[in-house]
Amino acid sequence: MSGDRPIEEARPYGPYGRLTVALAGNPNSGKTTIFNALTGSRQHVGNYPGVTVEKKVGVCRHRGLSLDVVDLPGTYSLTAYSTDELVAREFVIDQHPQVVVDILDASNLERNLYLAVQFMELGMPLVLVLNMSDIAAARGYVFDLEQLSVLLGGVPLVRTVGNRGEGIGRIRDAIVDVATGARRLRPVPITYGPEIDKEIGKLAAVLEPEADRLAPRQVRWVALKLLENDRPIRERIRHICGNAEAVLAAADDAVGRLRKILGDEPEIVIADRRYGFISGACQETVRNTVELRHTRSDAIDAIVTHPVLGLPIFLGLMYVVFWATFRLGEYPMEAIDYAFQWLGQAVGGLWAAGSDSALRSLLVHGVIRGVGAVIVFLPNILILFLAIAVLEDSGYMARAAFIMDRWMHKIGLHGKSFIPMVIGFGCTIPAIMATRVLASRRDRLTTMLILPLMSCSARLPIYMMFTAAFFIEKWRGPVLWMMYVVGAVVAALAAKLLKSTLFRGEAEPFVMELPPYRAPTVKGTLIHTWQRGWMYVRKAGTIILGVSILLWALTSYPKPHAGDIEDLAAEGQQATALEYSVAGRVGKAFEPVTRPLGFDWRVNTAMMGAFAAKEVFVAQMGIVYSLGETDEAQAEPLQDALRRNYTPLQAVAIMIFSLLGFPCVATVAVMWSESGSWKWALLQWAGLTGLAYVAALLVYQIGSALGLGTG
Amino acid sequence: MMRFGHAEQPGVASLASLPDGATAQLVTVHGGVGLRSRLAAMGLHAGIEVRVVHNGGRGPFVLATGESRIVLGRGMARRVMVIPIPPDGSGTGTPTGTTAPTE
Repeated sequence: MSGDRPIEEARPYGPYGRLTVALAGNPNSGKTTIFNALTGSRQHVGNYPGVTVEKKVGVCRHRGLSLDVVDLPGTYSLTAYSTDELVAREFVIDQHPQVVVDILDASNLERNLYLAVQFMELGMPLVLVLNMSDIAAARGYVFDLEQLSVLLGGVPLVRTVGNRGEGIGRIRDAIVDVATGARRLRPVPITYGPEIDKEIGKLAAVLEPEADRLAPRQVRWVALKLLENDRPIRERIRHICGNAEAVLAAADDAVGRLRKILGDEPEIVIADRRYGFISGACQETVRNTVELRHTRSDAIDAIVTHPVLGLPIFLGLMYVVFWATFRLGEYPMEAIDYAFQWLGQAVGGLWAAGSDSALRSLLVHGVIRGVGAVIVFLPNILILFLAIAVLEDSGYMARAAFIMDRWMHKIGLHGKSFIPMVIGFGCTIPAIMATRVLASRRDRLTTMLILPLMSCSARLPIYMMFTAAFFIEKWRGPVLWMMYVVGAVVAALAAKLLKSTLFRGEAEPFVMELPPYRAPTVKGTLIHTWQRGWMYVRKAGTIILGVSILLWALTSYPKPHAGDIEDLAAEGQQATALEYSVAGRVGKAFEPVTRPLGFDWRVNTAMMGAFAAKEVFVAQMGIVYSLGETDEAQAEPLQDALRRNYTPLQAVAIMIFSLLGFPCVATVAVMWSESGSWKWALLQWAGLTGLAYVAALLVYQIGSALGLGTG
Repeated sequence: MMRFGHAEQPGVASLASLPDGATAQLVTVHGGVGLRSRLAAMGLHAGIEVRVVHNGGRGPFVLATGESRIVLGRGMARRVMVIPIPPDGSGTGTPTGTTAPTE
C-alpha cells in the first residue's frame, strides 16, 4: 500500500528465538502440502481463540530459530463475507505473525496475487511461494522472478513443487531472512486511481488522532477498508475510537462521493484497481509460450460431471467407500477383538478365580471391555477417513457438489452444502466447520442443523454390533446401507422443511471453483488419516475411558446386601445387583418413557452414555453384560448376550434412535459456537431427539403389530 | 434492479446465452456488492477473458478463466454480462487472460 513508512524494521522475534509464521493462500493452491512439508508430523490441531475453528499449528527449526507455522483457512480474499476470511484476517491483525507466507498457484498467478496484494496493503512482511511450478512450466508459463520481486517491493519469491518437496528449504530461508531483516521489503505503491487515493488520504487524516489505538501502520489500511464498507472494521472503529461517529460519517460521505464519480460501488472499483496493479506487474514478468486450452482435468470432467453419467459414478464411488469401510476393516478388527479378549483374561487371571475384587472388576469390565469395544472399530474408522481424505484431496469432492447441485436445489440448498454432508459421514464436527464456506447464513444454519443426520463414524460401531448379532451374513450389508440411506433421506426432508419455514428465501448464488484433479500425495493422505485416527484413539483414551469408568461405577454400586440375594441363583443375583445400582435405578426410572420404543433400562443407560460420545453406547453394553461374570474364560460373547435379551425389531429401533437422535455433546458445543447462539444448539438437540423418538416409536409399534422381527 | 456500468452497451450478452467453447470478455455482474466482490476475488472481474466449458442449458454452468474452472449456478450465469469474442477475433492470444480494467 502506498505510504512512505518503511515496512517493519527488523523485529525482535518472540522469546527464545521463536517466530510465528502464518501460512495463507487460495483454496487448492497446495497450501496443505506445503504445510505438511514444512512441519512434517510435528503438528497439532487446536482452536482459534474465540471461535471454535480448527487451527493447525506445526513447528519447524531453521538456522537456530523455532518457527511456529499456523495454517490459516484457504481464502481468495480478506473481506468479511465469509467466516474463513474473517478468521484469516483477524489472526493476522491481532496475533501479529512475524511473517506471512502466501502460497500461490503458479499457473494462476494473477488471481492468486489478489490475496497477496491485500497482505501488502496490511503492511505484512511477506514471502510469496509459487507452488506447483512444474505444472506451470509444463503449461508454458515463463516467469521473470527477479523483476516481479522488484515490482512487488522486493518480496522474496520462492519456486516450489510441494508434492515433491522441492524448494521447501528455500521457503525456510526466505522466512528467516524476512523476519530478521536480512532482506528488507519496501512498501508497495499500490494506487487505486486519483479519486480513491485522495479519499484514502482524507480519511487517514481523520483517523490519525486514533493512530495509537489502531497501530500506526494500519491507518491507511483502515481508511481503505472503510471505503470498502467493511462491517467488522466499522464495528471496531465504533469500539475503539473516541470520535467514531465523526470517522464513520466521513467514511459514508467519501463512499457517497466516490459512488457518484465512479458510477459504481467503490468496493468493486477498488477490486478492479488491485487487478490493474497485478496485471501491470505481470505484464512484463509473466509470459505464456503455449496456448493450452483443453486440460486433462477438462477431459476427466467431461465424463465425471456428465449430465447422465455423473450421478451413477458418484453413487458408485460412495458404494466403494462404504464397502471398503465395512469389509476391509473386518480382518484387523478380529485381531484387535482377540487382543482385547486375551488382555481381559490375562488381567482377570491375576486374581484368584471367583474373586469379587472391585479393582479387578474395574479393569476387566470397565476399562478393557468398555474401551476395547470402541477401539475394535478403529480400522473401519481409519478406512472411512482415508477414503474421505482421498475424495477431498483429489478434487473430486467439488465435482460431487457440482453433480448434486440440481438435487440440492430441490431441497432449497445448493451444491456447496453437499460437501459438509459427505464429510458428516466421517464426523459431524469437521462437517459443521466445513459449512463456513457458505456465505448465506440461512443456508449455513440449515446445513448445520441437518448435519447430525448424516450418520457419522461413531455410530458405525452401534450398527455393526447389532447387525452382527441379529442378522444373517447376507442381510448385514443391506441393513447397514439402510441406516445411511434413512439418515440422508431424513436430512433432505428436514432441510426442505427448514427452508420452507424458518429459513425461507432464495438459495444463495452458487459459485465454486473446480480444482484441477490431482493425485493425492501419500504423505498428505497419511497425515490426514493419522490425525483423525489419533483423535479417535485419544477420544477412546480420555472421554470414552472416563465415561466407561463412570458408567462402570454407576452400574456396580451400590451393591445390595449379600443377605438379600443369597437365596437367588447366580444369574438372579447378577440381575438383582445390576438393577440395584445407580445406573439400574436411573435406567429403570426412564423405562416408562422408552418402553414404547422397545428399550430396557440397560439400553437407557447406554443411551445416556452415548451423549458423551456415541461409541460409549457400545462400551456400556459391553460393561452391562460382562459385569457379574467372574470367570473370564467362560465369558459369554456380547453378541450372544444381545441375542438372548433383545429381538431384531428392538435392535432396529435402537439403531434408528441412535441414528436420528441424541447428537453428542461435542456436536452441541460446536453448534453453539459456530451458530453463535445456544438456542440453535438446543433446537437441534431437542428437534432431532424428538424426531428420533417418534421414528423409533413408529418402527417398534408398527413392527410389533405386524409381528416383524419379534422372535 | 440496480444498473451497473456498461449493462446497456450494444453487443453485451448474458454469459448463460453462450454455447460451449465460446469466449467472451466480462463486462459486469448484476448483483449485490458482496457477490460481485466474491466473484472478483475468484478472478471474475471486469475485463477478464472467460471461456464457456459447459453450458448444457440447465443445471450449473462451468466457465474457465486462465487455468481455473469455476462453477456458477444457472441464475448466476444469467447475471454475468459479457461481450462475446468472435472465434477468429481479437481477444484470443492473451493467454493469461489479462486485460487492464476497462474504463
